[in-house]
Amino acid sequence: MKNRLLQNIFMAVACLLTIPALARAEDAAETIAEAAAPAIDTGDTSFVLISAALVMLMTLPGLALFYGGLSRKKNVLSTIMYSFFAMIVISIQWSLYGYSLSFGPDVNHIIGSLDWVGLKNVGFEPNPDYSATVPHQAFMVFQMMFAVITPALISGAFAERMRFPAYLAFLILWATFIYDPVAHWVWGVGGWLRNLGALDFAGGTVVHIISGVSGLVACIVLGRRKGYGSLPMIPHNLPFTVVGAALLWFGWFGFNAGSALGANSLAASAFVVTHLATAAAALSWVVTEWAHHGKPTTLGAASGAVAGLVAITPASGFVEPMPAVLIGLVAGVVCYLAVSVVKARFRYDDSLDAFGVHGIGGTWGALATGLFATKTVNPLGNDGLFYGNPGQLAIQLIAVVSSWAVALVGTFVILKVINVFCKLRASDEEQEAGMDITQHGEDAYTDFVLSASLFGGGGTPASKTSASQVKPVM
Amino acid sequence: MTKIECVLRPGKLEDVKEAINNYGIHGMTVTQVIGCGLQKGRTEVYRGTEYSINLLPKIKIEMVVPDKDVDEIIKAIIDSARTGEIGDGKIFTYKVDNAIRIRTGEKGEEAI
Repeated sequence: MKNRLLQNIFMAVACLLTIPALARAEDAAETIAEAAAPAIDTGDTSFVLISAALVMLMTLPGLALFYGGLSRKKNVLSTIMYSFFAMIVISIQWSLYGYSLSFGPDVNHIIGSLDWVGLKNVGFEPNPDYSATVPHQAFMVFQMMFAVITPALISGAFAERMRFPAYLAFLILWATFIYDPVAHWVWGVGGWLRNLGALDFAGGTVVHIISGVSGLVACIVLGRRKGYGSLPMIPHNLPFTVVGAALLWFGWFGFNAGSALGANSLAASAFVVTHLATAAAALSWVVTEWAHHGKPTTLGAASGAVAGLVAITPASGFVEPMPAVLIGLVAGVVCYLAVSVVKARFRYDDSLDAFGVHGIGGTWGALATGLFATKTVNPLGNDGLFYGNPGQLAIQLIAVVSSWAVALVGTFVILKVINVFCKLRASDEEQEAGMDITQHGEDAYTDFVLSASLFGGGGTPASKTSASQVKPVM
Repeated sequence: MTKIECVLRPGKLEDVKEAINNYGIHGMTVTQVIGCGLQKGRTEVYRGTEYSINLLPKIKIEMVVPDKDVDEIIKAIIDSARTGEIGDGKIFTYKVDNAIRIRTGEKGEEAI
């Protein structure tokens, strides 16, 4: 009865709220028709919203599983928590002030102003500067998912050893001082790299170069994991990793095709070249590894696919299908060499290869955009070196160098500052016991615990609890 | 022949393996075990409920060695596995009657 009553009240309230809303919508429609102001296109809007959801899927569960499977079983939960908390914290940061810093009205070509703090002035009217046919909030939430995944990508470099409180501080500071400004430079109206004519369709510099390079800095600042080089540090669950890579691939259609910000031929082109480059990179990675080590590996296929996705990202709105295949083929080989040969040579401990795949793949993609871009795909873009415009390659190089520089310096300073207040690195004992137990007090695979509880108070009680508190885990 | 059985901290496996290899012992059986002794357990929390986990993960190594090497090998294990904290583990030794290599039928010390 009570439920019924609540339902009726709810319906009544809903009706009351809808009527004025409908009236407003009609008014709005008339105003738009009169002023010929930018109109919301339903197809474009649904495509952008679906794309935003797809990009969300890349972080959770895509990246969480991809990285989680690559970690050791005592660290899988902490690795997943890095991605989970990027989603939680950056979503809120973005709505509070991150979006305003990135896309708000320009200040000196460096950063957005704080006019859009708390999503003030970010309503349903399209913003013609960014997307003339979708509600401004749809564009905002689509960009939010990019802001979320970028710091989550870095976590692959310091996984299995960064303490959780330090990670939280890092997330907020890094998003504020590195992601938001660089996003403004490249994508914000008035940003200096955008004014220069740098091409980055879906985030090769903004997302992949700065996350990969920041990962390199982070893994060097934190130092190698305890036992690196002497203990076998092999992935504990490759099926997780393959599922994660497949979800990344799937979600990346939202990332790249969605960056067309409309359901149009540019989106179709980005979709096609994304797919082709990914397949090509997975192929070339596996073949290279096959030749180098004698076996075609599943992990190689998954890693190659991600390398291809990274490399095609900046180029996805500017290149034709066959150059995309070439970009993918090169990406697979280059990234394979980066994670197998270069990493071993310089002995930095990039735990899950955030730098090798995202830093190197992103750099290659940004440069390849300067080689293969053509106006026949996207008249708003430019021609690259192979289409008679060598200048574009130079511009891409400037974008690459400046994003490397800001990531190198910025991440170093941020980590050093955090380390003053909050220790970054888990102690050797904590790493030995595993980050899941020491940071989160949980165990991912509790089969041992099940049998343990049968013994009841067999051992001495855990600190702060009595022995009798042992309960069967259901 | 003597069987040496030791229960160690999981992180010490590689160090101990390396130390024993230096004495020419290359055969061993390693098991992941859980157990309790003097070391305190730990607390895990799942949805607000605390569970005290008294049995902790350890590594058990078993090997059969010639009697003359036993003391040195035990010393090597202690040197490589000891941290001085509670929870370093224990070593047990047993006399072994015989050992047979299934492939060749060799017996005694030749088979280990």
